[in-house]
Amino acid sequence: MTIAAPTLEIAVLVLGVLVLLFEMFADQIDKRTFAYTAIIGLGAVLIASFFLVPPPIELPSTGFWSFYTADPLAIFFKRFALVTSIFVLVMMIDYAPIVRESIHGTTHQSGLGEFFALPIFTCAGLMWMASAIDFVMIFVSLELVTMSFYVLVSFTRRNPATLEAGVKYLILSALSTGFLVYGITWIFGVTGETNLARVAAALANPAVESGPALFGMLMVLVALGFKIAAVPFQIWVPDVYQGAPTPVTAYLSVGSKAAGFVVLLRVLEPFFILPQIERLLVLLALLTLLYGNLAALPQSNLKRLLAYSSIAHAGYLLIGVVCLAGEAIAYYLVAYLFMTLLSFAVLVAVAKQTGDNIEDFNGLARRSPFLAFAMLIAMASLAGVPFTAGFLGKFYIFNAAIAREQTTLIVVGVITVACGFYYYFKVVRAMYWEAPTGDAGVPLSRLSRAAMVAMIAGIIFLGVFPQPILDALK
Amino acid sequence: MMLLFIVLFPIAAALAILLGASARRTALWAAGFTLAAVLLAYLGFEPGQRGFQMVTSYPISSDWNINFTLGIDGLSLMMLLLTALVMFAAVWFTGEIAQHKHAFYACLLFIAAGALGAFASLDLFFFYAFHELALIPTFLLIGIWGTGKRQAAAWKITIYLATGSFILLLGLIMLYRSMPEAARSFDIRVLQRSAALIPADAQGNIFLVLLIGFGILVSLFPFHTWAPEAYASAPAPAAMLHAGVLKKFGLYGLLRLALPLLPEGAQQWNTLLIVLLLGNIIYVGLVTIAQKRLDWMLGYSSVMHMGYIFLGIASGTLLGTSGAAVLIFAHGISIALLFAISGEIRQRTGTLVMDELGGLGKIMPRASLAFGLAAFASIGLPGFSNFTGEVMVLFGAFRNGANPEYFGIYQIATVLGLWGVVISAVYMLRAYRSVFMGPLPESLGSVTDLRRSLRIPISLLVAMTLWFGFFPQSFVRLVTPTFKSYFTAKQ
Repeated sequence: MTIAAPTLEIAVLVLGVLVLLFEMFADQIDKRTFAYTAIIGLGAVLIASFFLVPPPIELPSTGFWSFYTADPLAIFFKRFALVTSIFVLVMMIDYAPIVRESIHGTTHQSGLGEFFALPIFTCAGLMWMASAIDFVMIFVSLELVTMSFYVLVSFTRRNPATLEAGVKYLILSALSTGFLVYGITWIFGVTGETNLARVAAALANPAVESGPALFGMLMVLVALGFKIAAVPFQIWVPDVYQGAPTPVTAYLSVGSKAAGFVVLLRVLEPFFILPQIERLLVLLALLTLLYGNLAALPQSNLKRLLAYSSIAHAGYLLIGVVCLAGEAIAYYLVAYLFMTLLSFAVLVAVAKQTGDNIEDFNGLARRSPFLAFAMLIAMASLAGVPFTAGFLGKFYIFNAAIAREQTTLIVVGVITVACGFYYYFKVVRAMYWEAPTGDAGVPLSRLSRAAMVAMIAGIIFLGVFPQPILDALK
Repeated sequence: MMLLFIVLFPIAAALAILLGASARRTALWAAGFTLAAVLLAYLGFEPGQRGFQMVTSYPISSDWNINFTLGIDGLSLMMLLLTALVMFAAVWFTGEIAQHKHAFYACLLFIAAGALGAFASLDLFFFYAFHELALIPTFLLIGIWGTGKRQAAAWKITIYLATGSFILLLGLIMLYRSMPEAARSFDIRVLQRSAALIPADAQGNIFLVLLIGFGILVSLFPFHTWAPEAYASAPAPAAMLHAGVLKKFGLYGLLRLALPLLPEGAQQWNTLLIVLLLGNIIYVGLVTIAQKRLDWMLGYSSVMHMGYIFLGIASGTLLGTSGAAVLIFAHGISIALLFAISGEIRQRTGTLVMDELGGLGKIMPRASLAFGLAAFASIGLPGFSNFTGEVMVLFGAFRNGANPEYFGIYQIATVLGLWGVVISAVYMLRAYRSVFMGPLPESLGSVTDLRRSLRIPISLLVAMTLWFGFFPQSFVRLVTPTFKSYFTAKQ
C-alpha cells in the first residue's frame, strides 16, 4: 500500500476538524480523551509517512508540483513536525489541570477541547511549510501555524503574564508577516515569479536587477528571523516563552523554529549567488550566538533560561545556514527536538509542584531521581557533552564551519559553548548539589514517564549512532 | 573482546550501582576485575610487534567513517595498566560516604571508564568522547562531596576542561579535514599511515590548536590554575583518579597524535612549548614551595611535574619521548598515593594546614611510611620509576642538538629542569617534616592509623613503581616500538 505525500497533511487536517466537531457535542466525557485520540491519530500518520509513493525522479514543475515538493528534506521535516506534536500533546495532558484553573467556563472542562485540538492544526501547518517551494504557499502555511499559535500562546488568559505574552506575540508576529508579504512583493516585482526555482533562474539572468531583489530578500529575512528567534528580532522571545503555557512554549521553540529553518534554507538557496547575503548571515549568526549565550548567563528562571538557550541554539543553526550545511542543520534540529522537549517536559512536571525557577529544582535528585536524571541528560545534551545527540549536532555544525573556514564564527562559537556549560550546569548544580526545600516526591503520569524515557533513549542513541538520521535525509 | 570488556565493564558496573546494586562491593569487584583483565592483556601482549594488537571494530556511521575501534600498543597498554591500578586503589581508599553513596561510586567508575575508553580507542571520535565522559562525574564529585571552596572549584574545573576539550575537538576536526578527501578518516591507524599527506603549512596551525586544547587538559602553564584548586577541594579518590590518570589524557594525546602526525608543526612550536613548560617547572615549582596547605601543595606539585613530561615530549629524541611515557606512569602512581594519604589525614585530623599538623609519624606509622615512599618517588630518588623517567627525559632533551661549545634551548631547558628536582625536594621534604615529624599537637593525640586493609592497594602501587624503577627496560621495551616509528618516519 502506498500513499501520496499530500495525503498526510490532509489526514492531519481532517483529524483536527473531527476532534473539534466531536468536542462540541461531548460535554460529558473526559476531554483528555481527545488528546489521546490526537496522539494516536498523529502516530498513525507518522507510520503512514513511511509508506509514501516514492517521488518521481524528475518532479514536474507545473500545477500542483510548482508549489509543493515531496523531496527527502520535506518528508523528513513532516515526520519531525509529527513527532514534536505528539510529545507536545503528551505534555499538554500533564498541563491540563493548570489550564482548567485558568479558564472559568460553564463546565469544569471548558476550553480543554480546543487546547488539545489546536496543536493538530499547527502540525498540519508545519507539515505544509516543510513542502512549500513557492512564496505564496510559504506565506499561507506560515499563517496557518501563526494563527493557531496566537490562540495557544494566550490560552491561560486569566494569567496576566500570559495575556502579555499573547499580545506581544500577536503584534510582533503580525508585523513580521507584514515584512514577509512586502518582501515577497518586491521579489515578485523584480522577477515576475513566486516559485523559488524560477526566482533563482530569473536572478541568474544578468538583465534582472539584483538590488531590488536583495531588498525584498532582506524583508523576508526579517520575517524569518522573527520565526527562528535570531538577533535582532528576538525581543519577543523571553517574555512570550515565559508567559505562554509551558507546552506551547516548547512547541514554539521546537516546531516553529524548525519550520523557520527549513523555509530559510529553501528561500536562501536562490539568493546565495549574491555575496551580500552571506556576509549578512554571518553577522546575524554572530549576534545571535553572543546575545543568546551571554544573556542566558544571569537567568534564574528556568523557562526564561530555556528561552535564551533557544536563541543561542538558533545561533549555532545559523552557522549551519551560512555554510549551507542542510544535513548538519537537520541533524542539529533533531537533537534540539529531543533535548528541548525533554527539558520542558521535566519543567512541566516539576513546576506543577513547586515552580519554574531554577531554585525550585533544588535537591530534585533526592525528591525524584528519575526526573533529575532526565533533566541531567537534557542539560548535558544542550551543553554538548559527548555521547548525547547535542554533541554530534555541534560536531557537524563546527565541521561545516571549519570546512568553510569561517574563523570568526568558530572563535565566537568556542566562547559561547563555554558559556553554555555554565548556564546549563547551573540547573545540574541545583538538582544535585543543593538541599531540597521539601521532601515530597514529584508525581508523574505513566504516559509522561514513557515519553521521557523515549526522549532520553533518543538523545543517547543519536549521540552514538547518527547514521539513521543521515540515511533518512537521502 | 578483552578490551571491550575492560572499557564497558566499569560502565555496566556504574549503571548497576545507580540501579541499586550494593555500592562498595560492586565497585570494588568491578575495579578488581578490570585490573585483572588489564593484567591478562599485559601478559598476552607481544612486545616485539609493531602496530596495534587485539583490535576490535564495530561500524557506527558509514557516512562519516566512524567506527568503534579498540586496540592497544605498548603505550596504550601502559596507560590502561596505570588507570586500572589507580582505579582499584581509589575505590579501595574510599571511606565512609555520608550521603548518596551509590552516586559517589558510580561517578568514580565513570571517570575511570572514560579514561580506559580514551586510552583503548583507535578512533578519534571515541578517543575524544570517552574523555568527556568524566566531565559531569567530576563536576558532581567535587560539587557534592568536596571540601573547602568546592563550588568555585567545581565550576572552574568544569568550564576550563569543557573549553579545553572543545578547542581540542576543533583541532581534531581540522586534522581530519587537512587530509585529502579520499584519505580522510577518524581511524588513528589510517591517519598514521597517511600522515605524510598533511600539508606542511597546515601542520603549524593544527598543532597549535591541539597544543592549547591538550595543554588546558594537562594544566600546561599558563592554563594550570584550575588544577590545584580542584584537587584540593575534590574528595581524595576523585583527586587520585583525576590527577593520576585523567589528566594524562592530554599528554597521551600529544604522544599519540601530535608527534607522529604533525612533526613539522611540532618543530614550529617547540620553542613556545619549552618556554611554557619551564613555566610549569620553575614558576609553578616556586609557587608550590610557598603553599601552606598539604592538599594545595600536592595540587601544585602535580602541575609542576607535568613540565618534565612536556620536556620529554618536546625533546625530539627517542630517549626523551620514552622517558615521558615512563614518567606519565610513574607520576600517576606517586600522585595518587600522595592524594590518598592526604585524604586520610584530612579525614582524621580535619585540617591540612601544615602548621597545625606535626608528629603524625608517631601515631600513624603506616601512613607516614606510605607518604614517605610516595614523596621520595615524587622527588625522583633512584629506585623509583620517577627517577628513571626524569633521567631519560633530561638526558634525551640534553642530547637534542648537543654541542659542547654552545648551549641551545634544549640544553638550557635541561639545566633549568634539573633545578626543578631541587625545588621538588624542597617542598616535599618540608611537607613531610611538618606533617609527620616534630612534636605532636595535643589536639591530635587520638588520631588513628590507616586501616590495615589499605596495605593492599598501597603495596600494589609501591610495588609497581619500584618494579619499573629497578627494571625500566620492561617498560621501555613496550613503548619504544611505538615511538621508533615516529622518528624513523621523520628521517
